[in-house]
Amino acid sequence: MTDRAKSYTLHVGIVVLLAVLFFVLPAYHVGNLARIMVLAVYAIGYNLLFGYTGLLSLGHALFFAAGMYGFGMSIHLWGTPTALALVLGGLSGLVVAGIVGFLALRTRDVAFMIVTLMFAQAGYLTILYFGPTTRGDEGFVVSDAGRTLFGLDLSDEATRYWAALVLLATALLGTAALVKSRLGRALIAVRENEERAQMLGYDTTRLKYIAVVLSGTLSAVAGAAYAILFGYVGGTFATVQYSIFPLLWVLLGGAGTTIGPLIGVIFMFYLIDISSGFTDAYMFIAGVALLILCLFAPQGIAGEIRRRGLKWLP
Amino acid sequence: MAAVTLLETRALTKTFGGVAANSNIDLTLHEGQTMALIGPNGAGKSTFVGLLCGRFPATSGQVFFKGQDISKMPAHKRIALGIAYTFQITSVFANLPVRENVALAARRGGKLGEAAVQDKAMAALARVGIADRADQIAGDLSYGHQRVLEIAMGLVQTPKLFILDEPTQGLSESEVNDFVSLINSLTGQTTILLIEHNMDVVMRTAETITVLNFGEVLASGTPTEIRANEAVQAAYLGTSDA
Repeated sequence: MTDRAKSYTLHVGIVVLLAVLFFVLPAYHVGNLARIMVLAVYAIGYNLLFGYTGLLSLGHALFFAAGMYGFGMSIHLWGTPTALALVLGGLSGLVVAGIVGFLALRTRDVAFMIVTLMFAQAGYLTILYFGPTTRGDEGFVVSDAGRTLFGLDLSDEATRYWAALVLLATALLGTAALVKSRLGRALIAVRENEERAQMLGYDTTRLKYIAVVLSGTLSAVAGAAYAILFGYVGGTFATVQYSIFPLLWVLLGGAGTTIGPLIGVIFMFYLIDISSGFTDAYMFIAGVALLILCLFAPQGIAGEIRRRGLKWLP
Repeated sequence: MAAVTLLETRALTKTFGGVAANSNIDLTLHEGQTMALIGPNGAGKSTFVGLLCGRFPATSGQVFFKGQDISKMPAHKRIALGIAYTFQITSVFANLPVRENVALAARRGGKLGEAAVQDKAMAALARVGIADRADQIAGDLSYGHQRVLEIAMGLVQTPKLFILDEPTQGLSESEVNDFVSLINSLTGQTTILLIEHNMDVVMRTAETITVLNFGEVLASGTPTEIRANEAVQAAYLGTSDA
């Protein structure tokens, strides 16, 4: 089997497995998995920039929230049809990422981290500032009409699961194709050695900009999907915590691997879920687990699997 | 054959915080020519080629490539015009396979399909003699092989102008000999600008030599002329024996 065929089999296999799990798992876990899949799309978006292009952003909550509010506000304020509101959610992310990328890419390394963090904080404070309209920290519930797409009621447990799976499958197969494409390989070249890439004739500034916009837009799509599937829009999702989450998920699962983000979200979600069943100090257990992983598998779970044998893992 | 000018610099100057690394360098390179750029350490050779390919902007002066003023052009555009550059300090994609290193160089420009890119990459690796290492991770190669890999990354672009910054530094004697034959096999196909400390390599490859000293052109001519030039002898080669 060629590497390409192996990669294709793996990604399709994951999608099939997730479909099978719907029929096998108890309702509680099915509900969890729906949430995990949407968050994994967010992580996949983050991984495009961090894992494949090598740019560490600390402000991705801004993009997630842009999608969530772009979708939620247009329904809340103007009663926009759901499909159009979803498109608006994605577009908000595209525009915000376009602006942030244009400005933040004038910096690099630590400065880039700080600038993206500041933009995200500014975004969060903007949501609070316009509290009477956005409902600030308290947030608002998306109307039932807003959660119906093409006649499908997305607040229904089963429908929600399949919608999340379709979205995840698209993001997963899309990135798998992207990272093997001319563009994806050029992004990896930027990550590996930007100066060399430039001296091979690649416009690295343009490539990094494309990566920010793609990553931001996918994160926004995840934000909009989260709002429609779970029916809530709130300022919490714009806080710094939601910028750190995708970084942790991707680091744990394996930065620069297509399946790492999904693995990372599953791992972290259940780590907290299970440990909080034992003790109130569940974040302590999560912290210890993170430390152990960082010490013994610094490339994350999928990264470690790749290092130990599955070299073809994309 | 009438010499066609490929590259020309006019009064090219670079100052770093008041120190002139290059001052008023006029240099002309003809198509198909192999020119060696020599000079003592700190003479401004690497700075000069850096200005040619746009790694940093010139303080003043101009660079013309195929008659076009490229002085204000960013590096990636100059490379796309057909200038290939190898770094003085080896710079490869250390975590990627050898083959992908070369493929990245071949793929840019977007004219070739992936199969053609891979064929071209393998051909370039074969030409420098490391085709058998195509699937190794570049960072695992020996230093000499990494240098040779960089040359393959340059070759695969089929550049009009190939700039090599001290390519034989750290190579074994047999590797140096292979390098000399490789460069000589390119004569006529590609214009080569070679920064080189190894005078044996210079004498065996270059048709013209330009000597830089203190950021200025000290002399320019054929190897024989340079050998006979007293100023060069005094500054660089030593007075007793060239």
